[in-house]
Amino acid sequence: MNIVVLVKQVPDTEAQRQLNPDDNTVDRAAVDPVINYIDEFAIEEGLLLKEAHGGEVTILTVGPERATESIRKALSMGADKAIHVTDEALHGSDAIQTAKVIAKALGTIEWDVAVAGSEATDSRSAILPALLAEALGVAQLTQARKVTVDGSTVTIERVTDTGYESVQGSTPAVISVVEKINDPRYPSFKGIMAAKSKPVTTLALSDLGIDAGEAGLANAWTQVVSFENAPPRAAGQTVKDEGNGGGQIADYLASKKLI
Amino acid sequence: MTFELSADHETFRKVVREFAEGEIAPHVAQWDREHRLPLDVVRAMGDLGLFGLVVPEEYGGADADFTSLCVAIEELGRVDQSIGITLEAAVGLGINPILTYGTDEQKTRFLPDLVTGRALAAFGLTEPEAGSDAGATKTRATLAGGEWTLNGAKAFITNSGTEITSVITVTARTGEKEISTILVPAATPGLVVEPAYEKLGWHISDTHGLSFDDCRVPEANLLGVRGNGFKQFLAVLDDGRIAISALAVGLAQGCLDVSRKYALERHTFGAPIGSRQAVAFSLSDVAVAVEAARLLTYKAAWLKDSGRSSAEVKQAAAIAKLYSTEAAVAATRVATQVFGGNGFMEEFPVARFYRDAKVLEIGEGTSEVQRMVIARGLGLPVT
Ligand SMILES: Cc1cc2nc3c(=O)[nH]c(=O)nc-3n(C[C@H](O)[C@H](O)[C@H](O)COP(=O)(O)OP(=O)(O)OC[C@H]3O[C@@H](n4cnc5c(N)ncnc54)[C@H](O)[C@@H]3O)c2cc1C
Ligand SMILES: Cc1cc2nc3c(=O)[nH]c(=O)nc-3n(C[C@H](O)[C@H](O)[C@H](O)COP(=O)(O)OP(=O)(O)OC[C@H]3O[C@@H](n4cnc5c(N)ncnc54)[C@H](O)[C@@H]3O)c2cc1C
Repeated sequence: MNIVVLVKQVPDTEAQRQLNPDDNTVDRAAVDPVINYIDEFAIEEGLLLKEAHGGEVTILTVGPERATESIRKALSMGADKAIHVTDEALHGSDAIQTAKVIAKALGTIEWDVAVAGSEATDSRSAILPALLAEALGVAQLTQARKVTVDGSTVTIERVTDTGYESVQGSTPAVISVVEKINDPRYPSFKGIMAAKSKPVTTLALSDLGIDAGEAGLANAWTQVVSFENAPPRAAGQTVKDEGNGGGQIADYLASKKLI
Repeated sequence: MTFELSADHETFRKVVREFAEGEIAPHVAQWDREHRLPLDVVRAMGDLGLFGLVVPEEYGGADADFTSLCVAIEELGRVDQSIGITLEAAVGLGINPILTYGTDEQKTRFLPDLVTGRALAAFGLTEPEAGSDAGATKTRATLAGGEWTLNGAKAFITNSGTEITSVITVTARTGEKEISTILVPAATPGLVVEPAYEKLGWHISDTHGLSFDDCRVPEANLLGVRGNGFKQFLAVLDDGRIAISALAVGLAQGCLDVSRKYALERHTFGAPIGSRQAVAFSLSDVAVAVEAARLLTYKAAWLKDSGRSSAEVKQAAAIAKLYSTEAAVAATRVATQVFGGNGFMEEFPVARFYRDAKVLEIGEGTSEVQRMVIARGLGLPVT
């Protein structure tokens, strides 16, 4: 079975993140880049699928040149090879454009399942896997907390607000996994060394037959009109219990429509 | 001249740091309280490849350099000394003698499990009456009928009593003026593992006294050449000292990291304590010591990796161990002071750092013994 894992490089979630004031795009230079946290679970799931069913794991990343660091890390965890789509013209692309680029890149290889994270920690639209499945016209198995593959049938437990649904589709399929679906491995020393010689294919938009006029900020379907920094955390509200503490808390929760 | 570790070392450092912060830091206070070595973490360290770093690939290792091992020990030591010493002793004292002096058969028998973290090996040199003066070893091994029979006792032996301890390398007198090294597999009849010591620090690390009561092992368990025991353990200790030095660097760095952060957060008299020279300058001094200790440590590791003469490595190892361990003890004193009353409380890691530091100046050769080695390296006839 050939497995592709979609890996996004994002600004470190633990650092203070910013947007560029001139074009409202994410400032990717200001903060150390890391693998999107949830994508580590996607990589692990890809490796587990390979261990159970054989085949190869290919990492697919759309992102700036620096994303090679994240690709190497994914390879050092045990993936076999990678495709890196990088092009100046991609700057500021939105989820729809990114999904189209990924769809084209998937067209360059043989694959059975594409495993993504359920959401990226920077823009958090949680929509790319759905867009991708739609663009490809293949099964869409998102928000999985468990993945089972039997021949060409893929079954997942899809997380819902109240529990889970069992959803089935046949390959080729796009799967997105939620965090905690597994326990991502750390790269071993040997893995780090081996990653250095694993093949990474770098593709530009022209290699995928995509016109630069379809990509990038100027051609995005979504637009960031303005942004503001989050207001500083206000001091908490103290409730003094004078025999009616419980009632006061209930009133507060009700005012926030939480109960 | 370059003062940088390679990009591979740095990538590896990042992974070990993530592992230490993700898998060790959240639980370490509890293990410390329970005096418990978590064997699943030992196994995970095996999966990371830490035990097999300096082991050739044919025995399951990564065939990496000694510097990589120092990086791993430093990063574990930055979060917890007990876990760091568990790795240091497992490799420096456990794997290293078998790898260096073992026959093919001995290596094939023991190394694969040691490399994966499924087993731990220990090195029994120190005795109740022979520590710094390890040549005064009293434990005896006599050869008769194709077997060695051991009688005697060892003290303070790291990793010797865990559930997964597979073998203890023991130095013993095999003649009047002759010390040899013998492999004693765990659970050999006549090998008695005493109850764990009550220690000031290193609570997670496994330490036991051992006694040998007509403990018999096959003649083939001799490690290396009969009568070479003294030479062997001196060489083992030289490597070990560089690794202990790395452990000390990790501790000093850990102290600097947590107390720098605390000095920015803790306010007194309307300002962060880090704005007071008394506090800030003491952290400046720690920063200087960390830098110096790290340079001495990695220079010694580099000399070893570059195949320099054993005399040169021995001197550099003793210098690094002496300086780094004393710097680490001083750093824990500063860190505890910066934390004030909290520094004395087990809720904060600096209290554990403080308890764990002292033994660095004692194990694998006391500070006095390092000064003795250095003085001899200077050609001074000190005894
Ligand atoms: C405010 C804002 C600013 C932006 N600024 C920039 C910018 O400066 N530069 C820029 O390039 N883009 C920018 N984008 C576009 C954004 O990166 C895309 O929307 C993104 O690639 C896909 O959407 P998402 O991150 O919300 O993915 P989600 O749908 O949340 O991600 C789900 C999963 O899809 C996969 N995935 C997502 N993106 C990729 C990818 N690129 N490669 C491989 N797998 C992926 C991962 O597995 C991920 O876990 C910006 C978006 C917003 C909202
Ligand atoms: C937690 C822990 C783990 C250990 N693990 C191991 C292990 O795995 N394997 C192992 O074999 N050993 C181990 N040891 C033992 C350790 O190496 C010895 O404790 C150490 O070498 C000192 O020996 P000693 O305790 O006999 O002290 P002594 O040799 O009795 O020394 C007492 C004091 O006298 C000083 N002194 C001695 N001789 C001189 C001299 N000639 N000049 C100046 N000063 C001198 C010493 O520096 C010291 O301050 C461990 C010890 C501890 C505490």
